[in-house]
Amino acid sequence: MNANGYLQLVAYVVVLLALAKPLGTYMARIYEDEPALLNRIGAPFERLIYRVCGIAPAEEMRWTQYAMATLWFSLAGTLAVYALQRLQLALPLNPQALAAVRPDSAFNTAASFATNTNWQGYGGESTMSYLTQMLALTVQNFVSAAAGMAVLIALIRGFARQGAQTIGNFWVDLTRGTLYILLPHSIVLALALVSQGVVQTYSAYHRVPLIESVEYDKPKMDADGQPLKDDKGAPVTEKATQKEQVIAVGPAASQIAIKQLGTNGGGFFNVNSSHPFENPTPLSNFLEMLAILLIPAALCHTFGLMVGDIRQGWAILAAMTIVFVALLAVCVSAEQAGNPTLAKLGVDQAASATQSGGNMEGKETRFGIVNSALWATATTAASNGSVNSMHDSYTPIGAMVPMWLMQLGEVIFGGVGSGLYGMIVFAIVTVFIAGLMIGRTPEYLGKKIEAFEIKMAAIVVLIPLAMVLGGTALAVMLEAGRAGVANPGAHGFSEILYAFSSAGNNNGSAYAGLSANAPFYNTALGMVMLFARFWLMLPTLALAGALAAKKRVPVGLGTLPTHTPLFVFFLIGVVLIVGSLTFIPALALGPVIEHLVLYGIK
Amino acid sequence: MLTELRRALLMLLLLTAVTGIAYPLAVTGIANAVFPDQAAGSLIVQHEKALASSLIGQPFADTKHFWSRPSATSPHPYNAGSSAGSNLGPLNPALAEAVTARVKALRDADPGNAAPVPVDLVTASASGLDPHISPAAAEYQVARVARARGLDGQRVRALVAQATEERQLGFLGEPRVNVLRLNLALDDLR
Repeated sequence: MNANGYLQLVAYVVVLLALAKPLGTYMARIYEDEPALLNRIGAPFERLIYRVCGIAPAEEMRWTQYAMATLWFSLAGTLAVYALQRLQLALPLNPQALAAVRPDSAFNTAASFATNTNWQGYGGESTMSYLTQMLALTVQNFVSAAAGMAVLIALIRGFARQGAQTIGNFWVDLTRGTLYILLPHSIVLALALVSQGVVQTYSAYHRVPLIESVEYDKPKMDADGQPLKDDKGAPVTEKATQKEQVIAVGPAASQIAIKQLGTNGGGFFNVNSSHPFENPTPLSNFLEMLAILLIPAALCHTFGLMVGDIRQGWAILAAMTIVFVALLAVCVSAEQAGNPTLAKLGVDQAASATQSGGNMEGKETRFGIVNSALWATATTAASNGSVNSMHDSYTPIGAMVPMWLMQLGEVIFGGVGSGLYGMIVFAIVTVFIAGLMIGRTPEYLGKKIEAFEIKMAAIVVLIPLAMVLGGTALAVMLEAGRAGVANPGAHGFSEILYAFSSAGNNNGSAYAGLSANAPFYNTALGMVMLFARFWLMLPTLALAGALAAKKRVPVGLGTLPTHTPLFVFFLIGVVLIVGSLTFIPALALGPVIEHLVLYGIK
Repeated sequence: MLTELRRALLMLLLLTAVTGIAYPLAVTGIANAVFPDQAAGSLIVQHEKALASSLIGQPFADTKHFWSRPSATSPHPYNAGSSAGSNLGPLNPALAEAVTARVKALRDADPGNAAPVPVDLVTASASGLDPHISPAAAEYQVARVARARGLDGQRVRALVAQATEERQLGFLGEPRVNVLRLNLALDDLR
């Protein structure tokens, strides 16, 4: 990697951290209903929404009511996404006449988008009509993100209040997060992306003549549209000549903007942000990458402001940034080292002034190694899951970084809202362990952490682990699970482990070689996504309710300060130890073996 | 409980109207007013007919043209209606086989050029639609294209330089050559 590569990495981290304070301050104002420009302009419309829905904005909810509202809203969203996919052929804005989505795939996508995972079992341009992309997918991109942020704000209120029965009003938090935070940022980002060449149109796909026509082997189909196979099971093909290129377009920019900002990640096109219409230039790439971590980072400052001690927010942000930068360095250097099997074939993989070199299979020229590896690390640190390169073709160590970042529980930045509430839960576990070591009742932000809080925290930490390992084990044992694997050897196991790591932590990125658009994976991964989202939200809200009711204890001599470098490294230690102890055996069977074989170490 | 369900349905309906209808339509309206060419797909138009999109690559196999990166879309390469990467793992024998065949094809088209092949020229892109190759991959092909067209190497290099896009803002991304623009410029020489 050259000096310019380092410059790009440093610029990214610096801009991200510089924006955390202003945006974090703005978000705190929105959620605490202090005057900001947009919530004054939008106030009449906001009141109209409450009136139509029969909501009294000043009326607060207990944690159980807050949870019920969240669940009803998510259920309504899931059903709407399912219905729109099944009915799309009968609905307008479907110029390519794309057929109704199969039930198992429609269920998977509905679960995926309502849980802010945005795993894509389907290829966007060949499956979803423009109407489905807008009304089903774009809407969930907004509201599932806003719901995650609402739950975080409820948890923060749990710390900020004392002796309180209520933790806010879900409908109000949802509406404000959508209207004043996600929507304005999306409009600005969408237009910036169009300026770079991201498409935004309702016209049908373009047809252009190819400069050189291309001959290829066309698979023969039987009467049912299934590929014909010969006696040996190989597909039967015939020679064909392609003279024109069909170019898929669509209203992409509006969806991509919120896909990045809301840690959603579901692309408009099959190959997500590696598609030249979804991410055409290095500048669009920088903005999209920035959008991945922007809100999760800024929410740390919001947290500090709302609990009345901004050092607490920055301590957590520091822990996240340290882990992120360390793993980023591993990913970039593994990818830059290239693929040793290609070196023997007369291929030049060395970085120079005229090429990025490195492992370029599944990467785009305009991004090269640095921007591909940076994106892969950011998108899995956050539970975004969009990609600008194909993780399935990464080197074993390069791909282990994104996989492990997901397995850490999506708390290194994590999803909007969900990442920080996950990290706060880890902070609770950390003060508990510290309390055991020094023999005192643990406290966090002035609240005593007792048996109930630790039980809830344990559920939040353990459920994703159980989902990932249990799901992987099930898939490996079943014929239907093994059938989806595309690559031989240890890499095939990694494909399955990656899929469940992604679904079990609501990330959504994939080793795309895995044929996951089949009934087994659609169902299993759909269930895992639902479980991992809502069984983390419920204990988090229970935690919020319990904490809000507690009195604040004054800081004493025995209080462990939670804003010091010591605590930051203790927190990092807890996150990494839980993540390592749980996943090193599984990782040893996948990327570690693959790495040893790749480098011929016996 | 049912009150909350009714609120959920109404809220979803209203937020759908805002984020699923008003928002994309507003972005489309502004985008088409301010950036109409980009919003439509950056098409290269000649005599009122779309010739190509400058952002979407095409396959080339003629020795007179610069070759693009390999594409893994199916059923034919550079299928811009169904983007895809190869998703081959680094140890997959199919990857080594494919790269060997691509190196051989490049060497057969340019006998005597024994330089190592720049990696992007023999590996499939993520999208299968990558419009670019690295400057190194362009330089590797300059002698071949110049010979096939009976042109001076410097003349071809000048065209490569014109089709080269530098790092954005001086430091973002990688320098790259737009193969489609380069080949169109070569074809226009006649």
